Amino acid sequence: MDSLATGSLSGAQKEELMDQVKQQIAIANAQELLTKMSEKCFKKCINKPGISLDNSEQKCIAMCMDRYMDAWNLVSRTYSSRIQRERSNM
Amino acid sequence: MSDLSDFSSNKPADSELQDFLLAEKQKAQFQAQIHEFNDFCWDKCVDKPGAKLDSRTETCISNCVERFIDVSLLITNRFAQMLEKGGGMH
Repeated sequence: MDSLATGSLSGAQKEELMDQVKQQIAIANAQELLTKMSEKCFKKCINKPGISLDNSEQKCIAMCMDRYMDAWNLVSRTYSSRIQRERSNM
Repeated sequence: MSDLSDFSSNKPADSELQDFLLAEKQKAQFQAQIHEFNDFCWDKCVDKPGAKLDSRTETCISNCVERFIDVSLLITNRFAQMLEKGGGMH
């Protein structure tokens, strides 16, 4: 960490650091998505937990995951176009 | 992530790195916001996950995001007015 403190990272070190930051953020994002998906799809698909996940429950979970991703992407598009609109109004 | 300026408190700032971290931070905040919107708009708008998001659900989700932002803006502005008038908070 010495080189970070002195502010003299070599180009390659800096690149590595940036890659790591990006990767960590991507991992955190994926984990958040995974947690939310499990919670939401459990709620939608498992009414009474039985001794195993039956076929229809598994199908429901798969479908729910896909729809959750669809919704996520839609929210993302809506939110970013709103941000753009707000910016152009400023 | 609370205070990026700590990085450069008494050393010459690596501005490339700082710009990078700031941009990554904003991206992460954007994603976190999408997770939050998707969380409650999913609950509000999605009934049973089907083979695709139907158009009614899609409309509901994008309205949900837009109206939530409207409400936050409204509340923020009104709250600022309350503080300006010196009322409300004693």
